[in-house]
Amino acid sequence: MTTRRERGVTYALLTLFAVLSLTPVIGILSTAFGSQGSLDTGFSLPRDGLHWGNFADAWSRGHFGTYLGNSVLVTTAVVAATTVLAVLAAYAFGVMRFPGSTPLFYLFVIGLTLPQEALVVPLYFDLRYAGLTDTYAALILPQTAQSLAFGVFWMRTYFRGSAREVIEAARIDGANSWTTLWRVLVPMGRPAISTMVVITFMWTWNEFLMALVMISDEAHRTVPLGLAFFQGQHSSDASLLAAASVLIALPVVIVYVALQRRFIEGMLGGAVKE
Amino acid sequence: MKSTAPTRAYRRRAPGEPRAVGYLYILPALLVYAVFLLYPFGQSVWLSFVHWDGLTAATPAGFDNYRDLFGDPALRAPFAHALLLLVFYSALPVAIGLLLAAAMSRVRVHGMTFFRTVLFLPQVLALIVVAVAWRSILAPDGLLNDTLRAVGLGSLARPWLGDYTWALPAVGVIGTWVGTGLCMVLFLAGVQRIPRELYEAARMDGAGPVREFLAVTLPGLRPQIAVALTLTIIAGLRNFDLIYITTSGGPGNATSVPAYEVYHRAFETNQVGSAAAVGVALTVLIFALTVTVSRLVEGRRV
Repeated sequence: MTTRRERGVTYALLTLFAVLSLTPVIGILSTAFGSQGSLDTGFSLPRDGLHWGNFADAWSRGHFGTYLGNSVLVTTAVVAATTVLAVLAAYAFGVMRFPGSTPLFYLFVIGLTLPQEALVVPLYFDLRYAGLTDTYAALILPQTAQSLAFGVFWMRTYFRGSAREVIEAARIDGANSWTTLWRVLVPMGRPAISTMVVITFMWTWNEFLMALVMISDEAHRTVPLGLAFFQGQHSSDASLLAAASVLIALPVVIVYVALQRRFIEGMLGGAVKE
Repeated sequence: MKSTAPTRAYRRRAPGEPRAVGYLYILPALLVYAVFLLYPFGQSVWLSFVHWDGLTAATPAGFDNYRDLFGDPALRAPFAHALLLLVFYSALPVAIGLLLAAAMSRVRVHGMTFFRTVLFLPQVLALIVVAVAWRSILAPDGLLNDTLRAVGLGSLARPWLGDYTWALPAVGVIGTWVGTGLCMVLFLAGVQRIPRELYEAARMDGAGPVREFLAVTLPGLRPQIAVALTLTIIAGLRNFDLIYITTSGGPGNATSVPAYEVYHRAFETNQVGSAAAVGVALTVLIFALTVTVSRLVEGRRV
């Protein structure tokens, strides 16, 4: 039996931390609707009505329309490539046995802890040598490689856990390994796949360091890179900066609120070793 | 891993094609992974043993770049900062998360989905956006100083991110904000999974909240604590975006961290070899800490 006091303390604590979590977010939202040109660099409340114009300004004057386009393109490519490649590889790791499969799998797992900082320097010189800096490829290919570590790890767990009888039944029905994968296991594995998709989407959308290093021309900037430069130029205009921040965060937040379970499962599962 | 007879029998025949076909399934992923992750990492290791300015020919450096990590104060400082930041990025969030889990172990919460969504939110925001928001809060006329002045503590107000003493803890607090929700969500889920009987037994033995926490909650949460430490340590040491936007390592190098130093040296001061050595050392540090965590906390033999 829990006492009334215990309930009270619990809800008070939860509310306190919920407020702390939301304060910066609400501060940015509120500032985004404030009037431009206010000299306050802190958060502000929209005093004279909601200034939706800040978003239009960030979109056109801040070129966030272009940046969002780039981010959508890069993210779509990375998510698509990661999904297909990870599903294929994890399928083999999960249900087939062949010499060297374990060491090969661990090679992928290493990528979960390998920091970008240990790759970015040679990657820059390699891609510059190949003439690929300032292209979408420079954003897509390294990011796909890094996402594969999680994708292969995550999907292998799914294939490991998928029912043997199902695979067996498909085989008896005359399906080869390829048809079994795409006709049976992939449709059944939609929850696992969608977790991988949302995590990869979020990581790619928010990715900053690679973009900072690989991209110097404005035409290829992604939204986080755009915000960093925007901050350099308009750091005095808090409301415009906040509006740009909202534009960047919104897509991920919307998907997060809709698929909260998948996000949490994926982000916490990435470190859970077998 | 329980390897039962049916599994083995299945494996011998599965999935109806030569097992070598497995290599074909792995090949595309492995190719991308090898070219854009494994190979560059190898190059990083190689670069860490040369002096190179990025333009002229590289000259062999032996262990110079690594020796500098210990000998050069400008390189020692970032690693010291990173370890101190782990208190904020990792230890504090885990401690706060445990506190909350302890408080909640006796109560079934209604509206958990709402609280979970809100508490976890900082994890999904781009760190760039987080940094912009917190720059505002910590600005000279920002929310924190305004609040201090409003409650009569105006003498404590300062430009937090520009202060030699306070910039590092200020950045740390941002990391605490990001990591706490993750720990809470992990532990709250974990606590719900601890069998109720254990709590009832503890209470029958007359255990107070503290004993109950030490005897039931803490041991029951071991796996979750290990995951929380691993995730927050990795995220904390990889932390480049926050530093770049909030302080760029300043004032002076008061908030410089290895992740920032890699970028700074390779692309701003043309010490590519040294940058690579910092990157490799950072990797080693992350590996060492994650292995330590899984040994000490999880009791795993790695």
